[in-house]
Amino acid sequence: MSPVLASIDWTAWLLLIVRVIVIFALVMVYLVLVIWFERKAVADMQTRIGPNRAGPFGVLQTIADGVKLLLKEEIIPETADLPVYLIAPLASAVPALLAFAVIPLGPSVTIAGHTVPFQISDLSVGILWILAMASLAVYGVVLAGWSSGTNYPLIGSVRSSAQMISYEVGMGLGLVAVVLYAGTLTMSGIVAVQARHFGVPGLTWLPKWNLFMQFPAFLIYVVAAFAETNRPPFDLPEAETELVAGYHTEYSGMKFAMFYLAEYMHMITVSSVAVTLFLGGWRGPIFPVVRWLWPLVWFVAKVTVMIFVFIWVRATLPRMRYDKLMAFGWKVMIPIGLVWVLATGGIVALPPAYGAWRAGAIVGFGVLALILLLGPVIRGGPARAPVEAPTRGVSG
Amino acid sequence: MPQLVLFWILAPISIVAAFGMVLARNAVHSALFLIVTFFSLAVAFLALGSPFLFVVQIIVYAGAIMVLFLFVIMLLGVDREESMRERIAGQRWMALLLGLGLLAEVTAAVRLGIGIRTRAAGDFNVLVNHGDNVRALAGVLFNGYFLPFEVTSVLLIVAAVGVILHARRRHGDGGPLDRADAPPGEPLPLEEPGGSTPVDPESAGVSGAAGPVGAAR
Repeated sequence: MSPVLASIDWTAWLLLIVRVIVIFALVMVYLVLVIWFERKAVADMQTRIGPNRAGPFGVLQTIADGVKLLLKEEIIPETADLPVYLIAPLASAVPALLAFAVIPLGPSVTIAGHTVPFQISDLSVGILWILAMASLAVYGVVLAGWSSGTNYPLIGSVRSSAQMISYEVGMGLGLVAVVLYAGTLTMSGIVAVQARHFGVPGLTWLPKWNLFMQFPAFLIYVVAAFAETNRPPFDLPEAETELVAGYHTEYSGMKFAMFYLAEYMHMITVSSVAVTLFLGGWRGPIFPVVRWLWPLVWFVAKVTVMIFVFIWVRATLPRMRYDKLMAFGWKVMIPIGLVWVLATGGIVALPPAYGAWRAGAIVGFGVLALILLLGPVIRGGPARAPVEAPTRGVSG
Repeated sequence: MPQLVLFWILAPISIVAAFGMVLARNAVHSALFLIVTFFSLAVAFLALGSPFLFVVQIIVYAGAIMVLFLFVIMLLGVDREESMRERIAGQRWMALLLGLGLLAEVTAAVRLGIGIRTRAAGDFNVLVNHGDNVRALAGVLFNGYFLPFEVTSVLLIVAAVGVILHARRRHGDGGPLDRADAPPGEPLPLEEPGGSTPVDPESAGVSGAAGPVGAAR
């Protein structure tokens, strides 16, 4: 064996490949279940039955749909720009999958003398990687809409690029606050920060999750996540009442399935990021049976809770009007995000002797942000707030 | 060694994509080729031991600037094939001359070894990073180069404000913002997306209120 080949650590490479395959397979199985779960949950909320034919409780419905889409005829419009038209579904699905690479699913384990993290890569700039992939997610929608060469997809994609760029800023501000508070950019480091417990008597059982310490950032992140994933109430790019199906109107068969998969993959990824950054990641009580499995169980349980929130909101809230959506993003979310980043910076810079002040400031700002964010919603939308409101066209 | 392998994978991709960007007749295809180039450059940064630059390259260039480019291309409808007729007389000859000059200059520089280190460069990770690239970069940016960094950001804000000022015409001349603050109750004229139907200056812009930023974009 040549010295070059001998210098390569084959075990490390093998472990990496196994890790990639295992995590990818886990995510795909989970994705199939999430699609079924959403259909069942939404059906329940609308007093329907939902899928109940394929397999027990209709669990296999997604697979049946997949087979059907695979066998369907692919229709490509004559006006389509073919190379871009073919790339767009991939450009939509790949960033969501790539973002998952930095999510830790459990603590590091030692296999054959190697310390292996239970995540594909503990990148030293983990959070920025997630932001980067979020910013690339726009391409799938934009390219799909443009390359179809027809009007409805184009309108959908123009809408979505404006929407996704705007809410990306808010999302970034939420993440910046968490990074400031945790003092690290790595995902595993942020999970480790949340392992501490509260020092207040009576609350020592409660872990110091960023959910409690960074509540405004959590609200901003979740709202922005809804917009980033194009889920209701922010699903304007594919508003079926106005745009047929928005950017993927002209897609059929397996290419449509890719968009469908991408939407759910995005949902899983943003939920996993929310769990990792705000809900303590994989941490939870570990019981003395099959010890290594518990972190994964806790992680999946927390992600499922987040996904249920997505489904719940979808079944509950009506779609926002476009100008209200933009006004909310720029005039409510971003100012609150900026103020919270400033406040977090101040809190972090306080010397340790001011511990009580620190807690008070966190709680006070949290309540304030809650009022500011939810106040306009309760009063009937930010458009009626006394800013120079978009009083055009529609009377009222 | 890994850098070398990555270099020989990335360099051809980025050069081919760069040629594709120049030669593509369709503006959107050009933009997509440019994104590929940005990506291979980003991975090159990672291979050289700067993960922060790698991610920032993706966020800023591939994620923000190119998305805006595409947005503008789509909105303005300049996605048709450009005519290859030259507008400036003698452009082709000038371009050829300057291109050959540049080629000769670069070749001479490489031959004579100007600006190229003769001995191997030190390990970036040991010399600069000290284990954490982000901390090292932050130290340089916010200690040594704090003033230039801040001045640059102020410059960018000034540029942005200037652009807004120029793009925003006065009320009543049918500028893009006038359509946004048409009087309430009056239906907006139906038009193609991105088209610029002239609006009657009498009916538009009499309200005088500034248009909402979101609706105007």
